[in-house]
Amino acid sequence: MDKNNKNSMRITTTLLKTFGALVLLIAFSCNLDETQTVAEFKNIVLSDEFDTDDFIDSDIWTFDIGNGTNGWGNNEEQFYTKRTENVSVQNGILIIKALKEDYSGFDYTSSKILTKGLKEQAYGRFEARIQLPTGQGMWPAFWLLGANCGDGTADTEVWPNCGEIDIMEYRGQEPTVVHGSVHGPGYAAGNAITKTYALENDRFDTGFHVFGIEWTPEYINYYVDDVLYNQITRAQVEEKGTWVFDQPFYIIINLAVGGNFIGAPNEETVFPQTMLIDYVRVYNK
Amino acid sequence: MKTTKYKYIKATFLFLLALSITSCERELSDKVEFATYGTTGDIFTDTPVGLTDQFFVSFDPAGGANTEGFGTDESITYQGASAIRIDVPAGDDANGGYIGGIFVDRGTGRNLTGYDVLTFWAKGSTTATIALVGFGTDFIDDKYAVGLENIKLSTDWRKYTIPIPDASKLIQEKGMFIFSAGGIGVFPEMGYTFWMDELKFEKLGTLGQPQPAMANKEDKVETKFLGDQFSMADYGLRQTFNLASGINQTVIAAPSYFSFTSSDIEVARVNESGIVSLVGSGSAKITASIAGVSVAGSLTVNVAGGFPVAPTPSLAASDVISIFSDAYTDEAVNYYNGFWAPYQTTLGGETVIDGQNVLNYTNFNFVGTQLTTPLDISEMTHLSIDILMPEVLPTDIDMLITLKNESATETTFQQQRIGGQTYAWDPRTGDINDTESNATFEGGVWKTIKIPIRPTAETGLDKTGVNLIIIERIKSSNVTDLHIDNLYFYKE
Repeated sequence: MDKNNKNSMRITTTLLKTFGALVLLIAFSCNLDETQTVAEFKNIVLSDEFDTDDFIDSDIWTFDIGNGTNGWGNNEEQFYTKRTENVSVQNGILIIKALKEDYSGFDYTSSKILTKGLKEQAYGRFEARIQLPTGQGMWPAFWLLGANCGDGTADTEVWPNCGEIDIMEYRGQEPTVVHGSVHGPGYAAGNAITKTYALENDRFDTGFHVFGIEWTPEYINYYVDDVLYNQITRAQVEEKGTWVFDQPFYIIINLAVGGNFIGAPNEETVFPQTMLIDYVRVYNK
Repeated sequence: MKTTKYKYIKATFLFLLALSITSCERELSDKVEFATYGTTGDIFTDTPVGLTDQFFVSFDPAGGANTEGFGTDESITYQGASAIRIDVPAGDDANGGYIGGIFVDRGTGRNLTGYDVLTFWAKGSTTATIALVGFGTDFIDDKYAVGLENIKLSTDWRKYTIPIPDASKLIQEKGMFIFSAGGIGVFPEMGYTFWMDELKFEKLGTLGQPQPAMANKEDKVETKFLGDQFSMADYGLRQTFNLASGINQTVIAAPSYFSFTSSDIEVARVNESGIVSLVGSGSAKITASIAGVSVAGSLTVNVAGGFPVAPTPSLAASDVISIFSDAYTDEAVNYYNGFWAPYQTTLGGETVIDGQNVLNYTNFNFVGTQLTTPLDISEMTHLSIDILMPEVLPTDIDMLITLKNESATETTFQQQRIGGQTYAWDPRTGDINDTESNATFEGGVWKTIKIPIRPTAETGLDKTGVNLIIIERIKSSNVTDLHIDNLYFYKE
């Protein structure tokens, strides 16, 4: 525990320093000068606006079904399905719905969609406009996983060596807070490089918000709406382990119920809960 | 037990109605200016902000409220130079056993539509529970009263958040704050001190997920009499918001925040203040919403016949000490329902049904009537009480009536079990075979029960100072609703 705390303290300090520099820069220069590495990702390469009712584009999305091994490695309590009860498109919105029901030996069902094998890319701007669910035990996420993630055989790497970029994670019991993280060798799970962002006068479960990253060979910027709240640099990552973010990743959007990150739902958690996705967009240079 | 009376008073809308009927339609002239009210959110920061000269308006001392313990403190503050200091009295304090009251806006009221919560910081001299905090009570019509019950004090400063059920209603609010606190433990409770600071309405923007409710979110069904009138406030009106902390904060909300709908207005009509009038026979389901959000739970009333008239007492007034009767002059009472926290569920009290003054108790488990001045009943031979059970008679009627002489030094009592059960409850209870008291009830029919006042040698009751009459259901009894009239002592 102590070790963890020390680590997270150091991360925070580093981030603060980075931030300080950034703020100074913005304050004193009208134009970003040419020595600053600024990635401008303007070329849209993937855009799913979910504009056709009852249609989930199978050229973009596939599904993970079931409860994985040990609740997808996190003791999650839901069984993922691709039934319309759990995932559907209505009125321009992709709806992922967590239900409380007996299903295949589990107490909850929900859904997890991913672009694995369909849309994979290294670097770029990844963003989605999402309204999050609410209540103890709700764990929605918008994240990327290295396309080479696997069991370690045949050119695959085991997690966390393949890398994970969490653009947005959220605990239903903390309705104003989201988390952005990277996991890799030397900085995974409890030791991930992470930062939280809290809305001052708003919450994530009462309206849509844009969650995104700008990912370059040198850093990953995290933003919510128009607020850039974190930059994780290659140097920062290399202080703890290896930078594994130079290869294609795929997108995952899911709504988990329970699990190590948040704990189980309680008697006040209202079901069903929905995660509403207005769009998912990916840009490159 | 703490005895906090917290009750909504019916508001009158007749003048509003008159206004809208008499005014003809015409364009507003250029000179017209709508009255606007101040939007100040601060109530107490370092000094009271825009409050009346009295600052603190106490609950009625006649009801036991202690007016001595209110003040400010310059040495213990959360922020700035001064905080509100409340000295909660001991339960047996001669100046009153609890403290509570309201802060009222100095002017014509404030427009609070831009806020979503009332917040303040508080700490106690010890860990303790404050029975009630809230706002919207102005001791005039209490139209938009809101209460948060049983907040836990720490010995360090903590922030408390009271959500506004629907801020759009608060265009002219005078009731800035209400609190009510009793001592710790059982009678005579131990006194303590608590401080409050930075009391203000705020716009947090972080409230979400409203979950309004009534009747414990159940679909409640009740049989009532034609002509009955009651308030929806008696059916557990609540508003819940999820706070930024993830906590679901639930407040008691006055009926005026809600919009009620009756499925059959020829049976039940609900006015803007949440007063239901039963105007015809049949069945009607009352549902509600608040700011467009449906309220969980409902009340279905099955209205049978008209309300039966209670028997008219015939004894001479000189032979009677009356507590509740139109036939006699009643002794003063502090209350016909003490709303004793935390175990009492009984709601209701004095009401008028079809022109009759009666006591109507709902959600009944036990209820007490407290006399203002203890009665000397040494000369009296009986207690007479008229009880009306609902049309649908409960399957297990088993009740106990206790006459109590309660003082700080000694408590004595006599008890009588009624309802037709066949064994004594306690040596102090009367002879259960006494036919006068052991009435058999019929649904929808008034029964007069006459309980003998027995010798002090048998019961221990000191008859010179009876100050409490308690009616309770016992054992497995399922009595939940009853009407009472003509409650009096008499001598044969």
